[in-house]
Amino acid sequence: MATITLEKINKVYPNGFHAIHDLDLDIADTEFLVLVGPSGCGKSTALRMVAGLEEITNGEMRIGDRIVNEVEPKDRDIAMVFQNYALYPHMSVYDNIGFALKLAKTPKDETDRRIREAARILELDEQLDRKPAQLSGGQRQRVAMGRAIVRQPAAFLMDEPLSNLDAKLRVQMRAEIASLQRELGVTTVYVTHDQVEAMTMGDRVAVLKDGFLQQVDTPQNLYDRPQNVFVAAFIGSPSMNLFEGTLTLDSSGQGGSLTLGSQAISIPSEVLAARPALAAYDGQPLIYGIRPEDMEDASLDSRPDDQCIHGEVSLVEALGAEILVHFGVDAAPVDSGDPDAVVELGDTAVVVGRFNPRSRIRLRDSAKVAVHAERLSFFDSSTRLAIWD
Amino acid sequence: MGDIVSALVITVIALAALAALLGAMYWVVGRLPKKWREGARAWVFLFPSAVAVTIGLLVPAIRTIYLSLLDDNGNKFVGFENYVDVFTTTGTRLTVFNSLSWVLIGTIATVAVGLAMARFADGMRIESAAKSAIFLPGAISLVGTGLIWGFVYAGPPFDVGLLNAVTEGIPGLPDSWGGGGDRLWLLERGFGGVDPPDSAPGVNTFLLIVVFIWAQAGISTVIFSAAIKGVPDSLIEAAKVDGATDQQTFYRVTLPYIRSTIVTVATLTTVAGLKAFDIVAATTGGRFGTSTIANEFYVTRFVQGRSGVGATLAVLIFILVIPVMILNRRAQARAEEMMGG
Ligand SMILES: Nc1ncnc2c1ncn2[C@@H]1O[C@H](COP(=O)(O)OP(=O)(O)OP(=O)(O)O)[C@@H](O)[C@H]1O
Ligand SMILES: [Mg+2]
Repeated sequence: MATITLEKINKVYPNGFHAIHDLDLDIADTEFLVLVGPSGCGKSTALRMVAGLEEITNGEMRIGDRIVNEVEPKDRDIAMVFQNYALYPHMSVYDNIGFALKLAKTPKDETDRRIREAARILELDEQLDRKPAQLSGGQRQRVAMGRAIVRQPAAFLMDEPLSNLDAKLRVQMRAEIASLQRELGVTTVYVTHDQVEAMTMGDRVAVLKDGFLQQVDTPQNLYDRPQNVFVAAFIGSPSMNLFEGTLTLDSSGQGGSLTLGSQAISIPSEVLAARPALAAYDGQPLIYGIRPEDMEDASLDSRPDDQCIHGEVSLVEALGAEILVHFGVDAAPVDSGDPDAVVELGDTAVVVGRFNPRSRIRLRDSAKVAVHAERLSFFDSSTRLAIWD
Repeated sequence: MGDIVSALVITVIALAALAALLGAMYWVVGRLPKKWREGARAWVFLFPSAVAVTIGLLVPAIRTIYLSLLDDNGNKFVGFENYVDVFTTTGTRLTVFNSLSWVLIGTIATVAVGLAMARFADGMRIESAAKSAIFLPGAISLVGTGLIWGFVYAGPPFDVGLLNAVTEGIPGLPDSWGGGGDRLWLLERGFGGVDPPDSAPGVNTFLLIVVFIWAQAGISTVIFSAAIKGVPDSLIEAAKVDGATDQQTFYRVTLPYIRSTIVTVATLTTVAGLKAFDIVAATTGGRFGTSTIANEFYVTRFVQGRSGVGATLAVLIFILVIPVMILNRRAQARAEEMMGG
């Protein structure tokens, strides 16, 4: 068990590609830290540098108090779970789990005890004699986990360990890994591009984009107070709706209004009171965002008309407990910078609202939607940083 | 000129006829009821090679076995007398031992050298250059290889010989070890005071096996190298993280992973060793106790014209290959099972 510290870590691949820029991370002992970000952002690179599988171009990496920049993977006392599990195909489940103990020359009876203990925890008792090829995907994943937990290492490193499982198994294993980690109390770095995994599993989540760290915080803080446009859009599903608009303050300076294409949303005075910095944006364009759940079918929500917007419904997804309503507005959409997100071009943005299932809104209706304007997020349109104060 | 043209024309006509025949059969198969179609289609494609195997392999094999039961003129049925002869005559029995030495030492050394070179060349900056250099000997015909090594092992008065040039330079080396630099390496069965009896393989046989290894190691290196590159990176990385040294990773992860390739190379080398003829023929011609079964077969049958013993030696090679094939199948099956196949 140990802390993991990254100080100004950089990675430049031999072909000159700068994959990680000045990455600073302080991972506490027993913490579960999730590294999340779109494909190609450098998550695996960062994790592999912690493991020692990728050379650190510059910066300092510490596990516990030890600087490990030059330490071989085998001497770092870490266990890793690979995306494709990397099970040794010629070894039985028993030998796969026990391989590290055997290499460490652990006494035979203790090795046996620990392998069986790990197998019991992971419900692999019946499979110990089998070869990996004779296992289901979920069982292979467990063997990969078993190989890690049997070691009692300083840290677990996991690179998208659930991405090869089907959706249902993924949800189940997600919970199991998280509770196992809490039970064992081993510092864990977990890489995923699935933000649901990130939110549900991590004590803290580090969001990476193009090799730059965007924000590290608890899942709830990331969601409630994203530091920039990218994090705001990346965390949360469906994504936060982002628009470019102009803020106009009242002559009194108490309230104001925001343009949404040809429409306007009135801004309550408490929003401006809580964020005095917004005053500087009077008459200026800025980026603002609204989460799907902060909108509602206006017929079910008693908001004044000036906090309602209109749009034609292009899609209704009934999910039982809620319905997702997609409707168009004539505002310019904002590109959040997430390469995996679908960004419509042109002057119509599609807005997604998460409505009460009692809503009677139908496809191609012209919907009237109440906006909980006190829940808006604001961002500077040139720096793209959030305006919270 | 006319000959070439007519040969070409005949070849083309024959190929066209074969293609037409196959096409016609395939067409007929296509009209068959569905349940027969699959099986019949396989037979259409197997048919030409089945014919070729029968004419080119099966018939001659049966005839050879038959000849081995007749006397040397092919007139009288003598039962297993030729077989008894082969094993009771010191000369021919030695060829069997020699051949077994080729197989055993040649195979083990070829696999070991190939694995070692493949392992150490892997990831080297000059990897492809190194591998080409190692591969080159395998691209030379074995007769050429034999001639080249003839110069290495040569001695006065024909040539100084490379090996003599080396041993001459070592001060204090006894004559029996090649000191003085005038040893006739391929003629001497003893070495350094060891003097094998007439019935056992001599040191000169081992010198020829070295030539064989030199010729085989290149291709085995290339094959092993490809197999090693086929081991998934993540397996190697998993082993490193699990605490394995490079050596442990190689022996416990890489080697088991490429096991079936090792079996294949070992089998190919074994068969090549059993058939060893060119190198022997091009160097000693089988004299000085260096003959192998294949060389002895050639000498008995085509030089001495003794068809009975010649056929017996040929059958012997055939019989010796059978257990190799069985072992190969077994090892291959086990390798597959190990990988969970
Ligand atoms: N060996 C390499 N040489 C050069 N560039 C590389 C190398 N490995 C990765 N990269 C680049 O570095 C960037 C980060 O790669 P990395 O594998 O860390 O991404 P990732 O965040 O794990 O993505 P994914 O979610 O797809 O696994 C990518 O743009 C990739 O193309
Ligand atoms: Mg990755």
